[in-house]
Amino acid sequence: MSGGVWVFAEHQDGRIRKVALELLGKGRELAEKLGLELAALLFGSGVDGLAKELTLYADKVYQWDDPLLEKYNCDVYLQLLSDLAVKETPQILLAGATVLAKDLFPRVAGRLSTGIAMDCLDLELGDDALMIARKPFFGGKVWADVACREGRSQIALVRPNTFPVPTASGDITGEVLKQAVEVDPTQVRLEVLEIVRAAKERLDLTEAEVIVTGGRGMKGPENFQLLEELADCLGATVGATRAVVDSGWKPHDDQVGKSGKTVSPKLYFAIGLSGAIQHIMGMDTSKVVVAINKDPRASIFQYADYGIVGDLFEIVPLLTSELKKELGKR
Amino acid sequence: MNIVVLVKQVPDSEAMVQLKADRSAVEVEDKYTLNFFDSLAMEEALRIKEQVGAGKVTVISLGTQKSVEALRTGVAMGADEAVLLEDPAFEGGDEYTTAKALAQAIKEMKYDLVFCGREAFDDSSGAVGPLVAEFLGIPHITVVVKVQVSPEERAVVVEREIEGGKEVIRTPLPVLISAQKGLNEPRVPPVIGVMKAMRAEIKRLNLDALGLSPDEVGRAGAKEEVLRYYRPPERPSVTMLEGEAPDVVRELVELLKEEAKAI
Ligand SMILES: Cc1cc2nc3c(=O)[nH]c(=O)nc-3n(C[C@H](O)[C@H](O)[C@H](O)COP(=O)(O)OP(=O)(O)OC[C@H]3O[C@@H](n4cnc5c(N)ncnc54)[C@H](O)[C@@H]3O)c2cc1C
Ligand SMILES: Cc1cc2nc3c(=O)[nH]c(=O)nc-3n(C[C@H](O)[C@H](O)[C@H](O)COP(=O)(O)OP(=O)(O)OC[C@H]3O[C@@H](n4cnc5c(N)ncnc54)[C@H](O)[C@@H]3O)c2cc1C
Repeated sequence: MSGGVWVFAEHQDGRIRKVALELLGKGRELAEKLGLELAALLFGSGVDGLAKELTLYADKVYQWDDPLLEKYNCDVYLQLLSDLAVKETPQILLAGATVLAKDLFPRVAGRLSTGIAMDCLDLELGDDALMIARKPFFGGKVWADVACREGRSQIALVRPNTFPVPTASGDITGEVLKQAVEVDPTQVRLEVLEIVRAAKERLDLTEAEVIVTGGRGMKGPENFQLLEELADCLGATVGATRAVVDSGWKPHDDQVGKSGKTVSPKLYFAIGLSGAIQHIMGMDTSKVVVAINKDPRASIFQYADYGIVGDLFEIVPLLTSELKKELGKR
Repeated sequence: MNIVVLVKQVPDSEAMVQLKADRSAVEVEDKYTLNFFDSLAMEEALRIKEQVGAGKVTVISLGTQKSVEALRTGVAMGADEAVLLEDPAFEGGDEYTTAKALAQAIKEMKYDLVFCGREAFDDSSGAVGPLVAEFLGIPHITVVVKVQVSPEERAVVVEREIEGGKEVIRTPLPVLISAQKGLNEPRVPPVIGVMKAMRAEIKRLNLDALGLSPDEVGRAGAKEEVLRYYRPPERPSVTMLEGEAPDVVRELVELLKEEAKAI
């Protein structure tokens, strides 16, 4: 059957990314309401294990498995994905709003002559079975519901941590459909020479459920150790403001905000940062925000659920040991 | 080296954005600026031209009279030419139609490289760049933090940012590249550049000049449609915790556990 709901199953370090699982959950819900099948799209090299895992969530797993797909190459992925999409015309095509998907999917949309809603905050079905995507505009100052009436597929890229991770019930056993990896070599112009990725123990900021961000109030790079310790006991990822990054205390990769990363964790600690609008634009969909700042007028307090006025150098170590005690009890 | 830079005039981050009463549109305070990432794109184009020692940098924008400002900033920084795609028919468009018109204009130019920003500060989809590349039939590379051009080999080697690392990619020209923070420090336009920009001719292209039909652009050609705008849900007002540090911290942990259920 064609016309299903498709979810791009991005993976990294041998694991399906959390956001892809979140979308398989949402995708299942949409597929059920529409009476359609749910399919997962898996690209990679030597990924039989992942394909098997995906059969717990999806009715079908389209698997492209070839050494050529070891590293993401837009020119290659684009051809394979678009060719199948043209043939099968999925009703809905979902992916996480990740670096890879934001690179690939606008182009897929172009090739399919359809629209794309990037960076969505929610998805639902309208009365006419049309997918409605909620999106932030103007850095989150307003939201809008957008829909793609013209064109198939309806493509949406969704911010990580928007939907819960579904439990693999174990009784869905989808079918794996191995796809031929045939590309027109004249259309492969990009050559990926190298991927440098430090083995990270922590989740990327965009996927982290808890984030501890430090601002200029940290006074220097050495003091971020305090935040690392706090992060350790929460399983959190450490972020930074632009002021911190521009001072060279932290790499740009750690920057939260409009010109850095957009994050949406369950819990966000804003420590020694003032809450400039460009920072807020990158974190204002965090579910719970805690601010620690010595200045009671700091604007971060307007965006926080809990605020502590005080010296971070006193508060943070106390907080870490209190949390250790509390979480150690469990 | 002929380089095209896509630039967009966007509301300043501080600008107030109000909803119209019927929520069908927004009203934006009249504080506009060149999109931050586009200033990086502009800077990189100029550096490459300077390094190669020949060629032309053309800035191009689709928009209303407001966009002239962005184009003039580009010229003030050092761009050689400025083009505005302007037509009432473009109104109500989306990323798809914007890219379609931009690509159509670029097709008529001689170009080796196209630069754009990682995303625009207002709609922030980051879709326009890759779509332009698709319509031009050239490769693209997004979130780029380093560019090395070898004009003799007609190729570039770029570094792009990925989650937790970097990717190094090589491609022949022409290619479209989207600029990410970290690529460079954009120059402040020199006074002489600003003077030049004030007098610079802005070439205007309308629908006819582009040779597109009215149903390919604007609201008619758009794939995405805004159904309604709204205000994001408001966060409940902040609970300030006061007292001695150890007590406050204990209270916070209790609240995070019992009230917020966040730990
Ligand atoms: C185009 C553009 C894009 C931008 N993009 C981003 C972005 O993506 N991300 C981003 O973060 N910013 C961004 N900015 C920058 C932003 O405007 C602010 O300059 C920046 O966020 C300020 O960083 P900060 O809060 O760390 O520093 P500051 O504003 O200097 O704040 C430091 C805070 O620490 C507090 N403090 C000091 N000492 C202590 C202490 N001992 N204990 C407790 N509190 C203390 C102070 O009271 C103060 O509130 C952007 C700006 C522009 C123009
Ligand atoms: C459903 C929908 C309806 C819309 N309706 C309207 C409307 O009625 N009126 C209206 O004015 N706008 C409207 N827009 C917004 C307008 O079409 C957007 O500006 C366009 O979609 C660009 O997307 P973006 O801002 O997300 O750019 P991004 O894709 O985030 O931009 C990335 C880069 O592309 C380049 N770029 C983007 N836009 C331009 C441009 N215009 N000129 C030159 N370079 C550019 C820049 O280098 C930029 O950094 C609408 C958008 C949507 C999604």
